[in-house]
Amino acid sequence: MAERRDIDLLFKALADPGRRKLLDLLHAHDGRTLTELCEHLDMTRQGVTQHLDLLEAANLVATVRRGREKLHFLNPVPLQEIYERWIAKFEKPRLKALSELKQRLEKANG
Amino acid sequence: MARSTFVYVTYIRTSPEKLWAALTDVEYMKQYWFGMRCESQWTAGSAWKLLAPDGQIFDSGEIVEADPPRRLVIRWQHQNKAELKAEGGSLCIMELEPTGAAVKLSITHTIERDPSKFIVAVSGGWPKILSNLKSLLETGSSVLQDPYPPATAAV
Repeated sequence: MAERRDIDLLFKALADPGRRKLLDLLHAHDGRTLTELCEHLDMTRQGVTQHLDLLEAANLVATVRRGREKLHFLNPVPLQEIYERWIAKFEKPRLKALSELKQRLEKANG
Repeated sequence: MARSTFVYVTYIRTSPEKLWAALTDVEYMKQYWFGMRCESQWTAGSAWKLLAPDGQIFDSGEIVEADPPRRLVIRWQHQNKAELKAEGGSLCIMELEPTGAAVKLSITHTIERDPSKFIVAVSGGWPKILSNLKSLLETGSSVLQDPYPPATAAV
């Protein structure tokens, strides 16, 4: 049950263009403060804070306090879990099907 | 001073003691670290090395702090590729904090230079290793057996 809640939070966090933009910004340059992130976004400071809170709840963003500053880091671990759970296992049968199709078509041509 | 840092966080449904054992036990480690293993006495000041399945040393250094089951700090220098070795030592901090039924595992890997090819190299590996570790502790089996699955390589 708890695991399902985690995955729901994760997909909800990804289902917003502003939050995906924040992830891209952190991917380009990690360890940024709220002020630095706001400079690149057409959003209020409060809006950015709310998006960051949701990303942190989904464990996509990790924060580290350095003195008075709070630095935001992209945490790719949950994305890797999505890859393993939702991509890798579907990719294998698809590739197998493609390679069988190729063999069948080549046989038909010959 | 320029610095490159990567932070990785995962929540694992286990106890801090079990997680500490998983991070420091050679046989257990091989199951989630793609056959790689760390060898150390796991006490402050003791040597530390990361070995490939064939015994080749990939990284080495020493344990800076060991406070089981809470905090482990490793001075970590790559040894295998010349350009990564030339970047010098990095610092890897592993912190374990109990949160409800789970343990929050935070790994902070820092090197005193920016940009750093070493940090780029480890940043590809850590998410896979940690997500494998999470699966193994929670379900008893790891998902990824190979960091580069042949099915993908065949494309």
